[in-house]
Amino acid sequence: MPGHSDPGFDTLALHAGAVPDPATGARAVPIHLTTSFVFDSSEHAASLFNMERSGHVYSRISNPTNAVLEERVAALEGGAGAIATASGQAALHLAISTIAGAGSHIVASSALYGGSHNLLHYTLARFGIETSFVKPGDIAGWRAAIRPNTKLLFGETLGNPGLDVLDIPTVAALAHEHGLPLLVDSTFTTPWLMKPFDHGADLLFHSATKFLSGHGTVIGGVLVDSGQFDWDKSGRFPELTQPYAGFHGMVFSEESTVGAFLLRARREGLRDFGACMSPHTAWLILQGIETLPLRMARHIENTRKVVAFLAAQKMVAAVGYPELESHPSHALAKTLLPRGCGSVFSFDLRGSRAQGIAFIEALKIFSHLANVGDCRSLVIHPASTTHFRMDDAALAQAGITAGTIRLSIGLEDADDLIDDLKRALKAAEKAGA
Amino acid sequence: MELNVKGHGPAYAYTGGKPFDAALPCVVFIHGALNDHSVWTLLARWCAHHGHSVLAVDQPGHGRSACAPLASVEALADWVLALLGAAGVARAALVGHSMGSLIALEAAARAPERATHLVMMGTAYPMKVSDALLATARDAPMKAIAMVNAFAHAGMAAKPSFPGPGAWLHGADRALMRRMQAGQPEMNLFHHDFSVCDRYTHGIEAAAQVQCPVDLILGARDQMTRPQQTGEIARALKARVTTVDTGHALMAEAPDTVLVALRRALG
Repeated sequence: MPGHSDPGFDTLALHAGAVPDPATGARAVPIHLTTSFVFDSSEHAASLFNMERSGHVYSRISNPTNAVLEERVAALEGGAGAIATASGQAALHLAISTIAGAGSHIVASSALYGGSHNLLHYTLARFGIETSFVKPGDIAGWRAAIRPNTKLLFGETLGNPGLDVLDIPTVAALAHEHGLPLLVDSTFTTPWLMKPFDHGADLLFHSATKFLSGHGTVIGGVLVDSGQFDWDKSGRFPELTQPYAGFHGMVFSEESTVGAFLLRARREGLRDFGACMSPHTAWLILQGIETLPLRMARHIENTRKVVAFLAAQKMVAAVGYPELESHPSHALAKTLLPRGCGSVFSFDLRGSRAQGIAFIEALKIFSHLANVGDCRSLVIHPASTTHFRMDDAALAQAGITAGTIRLSIGLEDADDLIDDLKRALKAAEKAGA
Repeated sequence: MELNVKGHGPAYAYTGGKPFDAALPCVVFIHGALNDHSVWTLLARWCAHHGHSVLAVDQPGHGRSACAPLASVEALADWVLALLGAAGVARAALVGHSMGSLIALEAAARAPERATHLVMMGTAYPMKVSDALLATARDAPMKAIAMVNAFAHAGMAAKPSFPGPGAWLHGADRALMRRMQAGQPEMNLFHHDFSVCDRYTHGIEAAAQVQCPVDLILGARDQMTRPQQTGEIARALKARVTTVDTGHALMAEAPDTVLVALRRALG
């Protein structure tokens, strides 16, 4: 039962990882904008470097403000710990690079954010890490794609762009059957909507740029380890279970039974790749997380109203939201996402590409830009922006029509959002006349 | 490293990141219920790099020690002494946490000439476990793990965290307990360990046999083994008592403060 000893989600969102500053009494988390930290003595310095003591040395590796963010997100996710990174992309890269290298293989959902797809399909391939993509709901496809050199299964809690719900319990069980961890991108759902570790996922990350921050102000990522995957038992991860010459021959799984992954990710990944987060960014994300439960409830409430409105419009051919019975992931969503399916979704406008543009240009409250998860409502028309080079046939192959519109529903008055959409739908209709 | 303990088979002991050297003064670290050696790594590394040899054991049936769990504190104490023999160690400082503190006490009593120091952390005697918790451990171990884990920590932020910044202690300790429980699919290790603590009644008699200096390091806000429950055993052991501002998971909640206390205890 939630209480002082076993705090609930809302309490953790405000308190986990933080205490009033012992030096000043400051109640809010201080921003420790410093590159480095003074050693008490040479002996203290040596013991910090040799992991005989815990503490901060240099802010690329760790920082007190970032540590609060890391502990807080880990607490909200039910994880063992976390690492804050420069972006969500950096978090994904850190997860992969910690346990994979040239000759490794990944099985990933084909319904991924474009940036993640680029990293896996193009960039990592250049470094010798190959990825097989499978449809998220094709369990036989996941199984068939696993190879002896596979290191990781990866998908998004809500896939892009169609919001396919990843069947985490089934995919995780399959991964574990093969001694592999399941990594999920939990950006669209946040721990308020779903805790992937409760369903069997082993690692997860967020683009904290989105809902965790929530205000469209900073770029950041967080990589979280459940601590539940047994790297030794798997036998596939010498990176964590054999001596690492790059850190005094340390065997990470001996040093920490449940924290081996994060130890290597920090001691190697942050040290060498250096994609760390600014403490100022960490502080802004912490500000966002403090109101995450309140914001997510409102995001969902508004989204449901907007979805219901759009689904009833004759200018709208389809609305892709898993709470609708027409969505292919509807049954799974009811099981895994009972609190809601996020506030980012797409709908198809009847009509031409020009009508899609007319719709976008008529909106006054929705901001036309390439982001999601802001407290303000956002909109983008893929056919005239992110996918503008594609003809209609190529768009269809990507699951997009000339009239597909992606919305990210914010925290404004729902009635105002619906009025804005009404006006834009009229403009789109007129453009087709 | 792996040791072959006579009568029990292979056992694992973490050596602090350095090869074990039996010629150095040895410190044996003994973990608590449903834990393993990894609760000691910072202290163990410090000792191993400051003139000691270190054996942070995985008790039988825990972590990397695959041999069968032992059913009493007395049997575990004999196992620790046998493990010292397997490592070629004549005398050692015995450092235990919670259930491990009782094992250290009993080992120091059974072979007083082999204990150079006795350090009992997060301890109490008797270490009775409530009927309700024992029943929950028996019938719903995952729920009991959550309960114990919630009560083992004094707050929602223990800086600078263990084993390093960014670790969420509640989550890490829960994951460790779940891992230990899963490692014994044929039995309920949690209920077994708590029963071992609950059944131990030889503490005061054992204290009378101990000859080495004794330190108790206690968490002031410990809700599992309350400092108020240590008066009798502390007096019987003529122990020096150090209290740190933590809950029951004191090595993780205040690793630096506990290191200071341990260094003082080891002289």
